[in-house]
Amino acid sequence: MSAPEAAVAAAHPAEHRDYQGSKIGMWLFLFTELVLFGGMFIVYSAYRGMHPDAFHKAAGELNVVIGVVNTLVLLTSSLSVALSISALQRGRKGLSLGLIGVTMALGLVFLVNKYFEWSHEIHNGLYPGSPHLMDLPPGERLFFGLYYTMTGLHGAHVIIGLTVLGVMAWLLNKDRIRADDFIKLENAGLYWHLVDVIWIFLLPLFYLAA
Amino acid sequence: MTVADTAHAAGGSFLDTPGRPGIAGWIFSTDHKRIAILYLTAMLTFFAIGSALGVAMRLEQLTLGETVMSATTYNAMFTLHGVLMIFTFVIPGLPAVFGNFTLPILIGAKDVSFPRLNLFSWWLFMLGATIAVTSLFTGGGPPDTGWSFYVPYSIKTGTNVPLAVLGAFILGFSSILTGLNFVTTVHRMRAPGMSFMNMPLFPWALYATGWVQIIATPIIGITLLLVIFERLFHIGIFDPAIGGDPVLYQHLFWIYSHPAVYVMIIPAMGAISEIIPTFAHRTIFGYRAIAYSSLAIAGLGSLVWAHHMFTSGLSEVSVLVFSLLTFLVAIPSAIKVFNWVATLYKGSIELTASLLYALSFIFLFSIGGLTGLLNGALAVNVHIHDTYFIVGHFHYVMFGGTGFAFFAALHYWFPKMFGKQVNERLAKIAWVPTFIGFNMLYFTMMVLGVQGMPRRYYDHLPQFHWGHVFATVGSWVLVLGLLMMFGNLLAALFRGKKAPANPWGGVTLEWTVPSPPPVLNFDTEPVVNARPYAFNPGTES
Repeated sequence: MSAPEAAVAAAHPAEHRDYQGSKIGMWLFLFTELVLFGGMFIVYSAYRGMHPDAFHKAAGELNVVIGVVNTLVLLTSSLSVALSISALQRGRKGLSLGLIGVTMALGLVFLVNKYFEWSHEIHNGLYPGSPHLMDLPPGERLFFGLYYTMTGLHGAHVIIGLTVLGVMAWLLNKDRIRADDFIKLENAGLYWHLVDVIWIFLLPLFYLAA
Repeated sequence: MTVADTAHAAGGSFLDTPGRPGIAGWIFSTDHKRIAILYLTAMLTFFAIGSALGVAMRLEQLTLGETVMSATTYNAMFTLHGVLMIFTFVIPGLPAVFGNFTLPILIGAKDVSFPRLNLFSWWLFMLGATIAVTSLFTGGGPPDTGWSFYVPYSIKTGTNVPLAVLGAFILGFSSILTGLNFVTTVHRMRAPGMSFMNMPLFPWALYATGWVQIIATPIIGITLLLVIFERLFHIGIFDPAIGGDPVLYQHLFWIYSHPAVYVMIIPAMGAISEIIPTFAHRTIFGYRAIAYSSLAIAGLGSLVWAHHMFTSGLSEVSVLVFSLLTFLVAIPSAIKVFNWVATLYKGSIELTASLLYALSFIFLFSIGGLTGLLNGALAVNVHIHDTYFIVGHFHYVMFGGTGFAFFAALHYWFPKMFGKQVNERLAKIAWVPTFIGFNMLYFTMMVLGVQGMPRRYYDHLPQFHWGHVFATVGSWVLVLGLLMMFGNLLAALFRGKKAPANPWGGVTLEWTVPSPPPVLNFDTEPVVNARPYAFNPGTES
């Protein structure tokens, strides 16, 4: 912000900084994300209700260890993003930047794990439309269709979240997010928590269903 | 709004004080009033394309056999007509144009809560609409599935379904962001003293609509994504060959698309609730009932989706429940109709063009709503399902309802938006063919439907011939009326007399500011300590 703009902003202190408004907007947006995944959860429950045994059997093909490790990775990243906001509120910009870096690194670890996991399954012939999958009963085909769709959609959200955090780090570095003006970082943190929360539902539905 | 924009004094009209020169002053402006006019321009363009497709379809039905187009072209025509009209005109219609323009002014604010997000919504809208139109000319040819993209056909057809679906997905995202913006604006930006119960009824309607957009639209988002995934990766969720269930698609599609009907109609009702008291010069009758019935329609309307699927093989229990819920939605809608009529009772009615369209709305919407109850009755539904009766019914609701409310609102707020007076006499003359042509076209469709004419056929049997000829002539009369109406509005835009601040004697806040309003709407922040629509303070509550 240039000096004259800062003067204008100082003259209208309450005009463009409606923190509560920003938060309401963000929460409403998160709500739409929950409904988006909610549609998938409805599809999942409908098909699991129709094919309980096939879902149970197909879930056995997934690697529970990678699933649990990835859960821990995401939970830790939620902690670090929360800490980065606290650090900024206490005026410790460097620490805050570092914690955003930790969050992004953990997000990358999650994606790398996901990459190896998917590669392994695809290597075993378990991907939508594969000859091997088409030999299995319909319930197992649906399980893997849902598995790739839902974890893929979640993965896309992780990538979006990482991009947003990257922008936040840049803004923080440029002092456009400050100890007295941190709503953007807080909202980005909320988005990251959402990504985390959705994963916590995906873990039992796919990995622990065996 | 950027910080730099606040440097402008509230003085000059928003039309004369651009932030940037030329077209950039419009397409990069975060002023809610400029964004409203951007939407208006774009939407009327899409409305014109959609209408042309509709007229072409009617022309095809003028004679038996192939008249002007093949069956395949006809399929593409009704698909694109549906996609353009629904996703780029009736769904965003009133909120994006009149909501954007008047919501902040009606609640005494300088702008919406998130002005940049508002501009972003418009860009998304243009992107989605452009992609939808592009799907006509690229890939395997224009999509031929109908606007509802029902599986399994939509995952099997070689036509350009993925692009059209992607367009609809982006338009949905734009709609979500607008709804989110308006809900936050109503919560955070109301002027001092403007409690919810002091808020005019159009903002109330936009608030209810915003919630429906937030709750329902993500479901169409995920559903359309699944169609794309199905086509690209064969995930099998909707494909019976792999194990999926196509009826599940219908559920997900209507979980959004039925509430979307209320996204179309609730703001229309809100605009009518502004127009009627102004031209009756009388306080609205049943303010609370109208305000709460918007919420009731939004709530109940989210629970009736399966009445589109009575012939899809649902269980007897669920069809009964959905039929009952469908009947219940009629109650809050009827509450509004009775309150509007009661407002007119003993009012000193000034029959302007705007009020003519508003009264047509009440008449046409009542026909559309009551024929909706016929569709909701289980036994009747089986007879009229997938016939012209359905086509006639939803055109009464969407065009006779939302469309006519759009025209009413356009004539009502035109002087405020552009600072120009519309020629009232010509506007009323244009209304005559619009109203007559509309009824010739769509009432005939309902009669044809009861007689057994199926929808989406490019040809018809000889016994339906004269009905089709009559409806096609009706479409010409309707188009004549529309051309006269828009011609008159364009003439007013370029050569109209300057409009005063309050041409209609309205009492809501938008009539207290100049026409067109200044950039920041108000010189001094208004304070509101009373109910709206106080035409005779002291004598009415």
